Amino acid sequence: MNIKIIDYGLGNLNSVKNILKKIGYNDVAISNSALELNQADFFVLPGVGSFDSGILSLKSMEGFNVLKKKVIIDKTPILGICLGMQLLGIDSEEGKEKGLGWLNFSCKRFDSTQTRKVPHMGWNYVDLFDKDYLIKTSQRYYFVHSYYCPENTHNNSNEENSLKWMTTEYDGINFISAVKQDNIMGVQFHPEKSHKYGMDFFKNILDNYA
Amino acid sequence: MHSESLKRHIPVLLLDGVKLVKTIRFGKNIYLGDPINAVKIFNDKGADELIILDINSSKHKKGIQWNLLQDIASEAFMPLSYGGGISEFSQAKKLFSIGFEKIILNTHVFDNTELISSISKVFGSQSVVVCIDYKKNLFGKNFVFINSGRKKTTKTPQVWAEEVVNYGAGEIILQSIDNDGTWDGYDIDMIKQIVPRVTVPVIPLGGCGIRKHFIDAFTNGAHAVAAGSYFVFTGKEKGILINYNI
Repeated sequence: MNIKIIDYGLGNLNSVKNILKKIGYNDVAISNSALELNQADFFVLPGVGSFDSGILSLKSMEGFNVLKKKVIIDKTPILGICLGMQLLGIDSEEGKEKGLGWLNFSCKRFDSTQTRKVPHMGWNYVDLFDKDYLIKTSQRYYFVHSYYCPENTHNNSNEENSLKWMTTEYDGINFISAVKQDNIMGVQFHPEKSHKYGMDFFKNILDNYA
Repeated sequence: MHSESLKRHIPVLLLDGVKLVKTIRFGKNIYLGDPINAVKIFNDKGADELIILDINSSKHKKGIQWNLLQDIASEAFMPLSYGGGISEFSQAKKLFSIGFEKIILNTHVFDNTELISSISKVFGSQSVVVCIDYKKNLFGKNFVFINSGRKKTTKTPQVWAEEVVNYGAGEIILQSIDNDGTWDGYDIDMIKQIVPRVTVPVIPLGGCGIRKHFIDAFTNGAHAVAAGSYFVFTGKEKGILINYNI
């Protein structure tokens, strides 16, 4: 299976490549070229940084139109990580630009209080919603983000191709930490920085598509 | 509710050039071995995060050890922070691109607070940590020190902490020079003074010797704890054993 890590100038590209290598996936390349993205069987969209600079960089990437066609028409699976997940949505309080709009959610900023410091930074648990997708058991992963997707935004029905998600709680706020609709997936946490839990997470997903 | 898991325990690895070392009160410097080996061990033991501090950079102007840091970043599957000799935006940018989550600023931002804001504006405040080294003077009053503890400033940790947060720092490492390597416990007093003044996580460093010291720090407001000696030695004056006994 050919995995392409999308290089749009933001994100922990090498860390993702290394953790995939560690779990035995060697046909992995970091790229933004139309030719190379066209060969992908699976995309990883990492991201660290701000919403507007992220979406603008992504849209101006050489292979952007190929990426769109592969994901929307060919149904090539894609996994967005952190900012990468947020860009899959409609928009964010962090920026003025529109996201990709491939998934139906919007992001807000965490309110900081004496107990709820912003950003949400550290290890936290993803609470299981449905044992059949994305995450097999309630597990901990590394988070670092100031913006989140609120839980109550949209319907969570059991229909085949509807939006499904899992949540995490941060000091009283429940937010979407993992989301999936058909071939489009996103996680708010950083599996490439969640050592053995992250490795299991990647294995679970990739083994499904390999 | 899993609030326990948000309490981070962070090993601190000190570099002197490409060697792993440990200090006591920022003085005596003990050679520990190869940093990559230590990183691999912490990887296997599931350490929450790792802090890499180069104590040499500012002192001897040897510069940042890019090749070593690249190797460390490709070995570590947990969040990494690096500090030591960062004086320019371009260095921060390069550190993020090689795989570090956070950069730790210390000496160079004392006279250049603009560096804090310029990095946090582009990369987010969560990526900028300021490390405050401090020590008591003869009258028992604490002052901030820079240049690996060699130069005393006229600012107190309390004042400096509030300032750096205003400039955009997303976390503060509060390092007690007096407690460094002593195994006698964290400076709880200072933690209690800094935590209410800032809205960002405060991480004490210096003096941790037993598990109870972690608990004391958390009870008094620390959001995470960092330790050097505790994670690399079996005990005070004892042998080297890299561990993650949290």
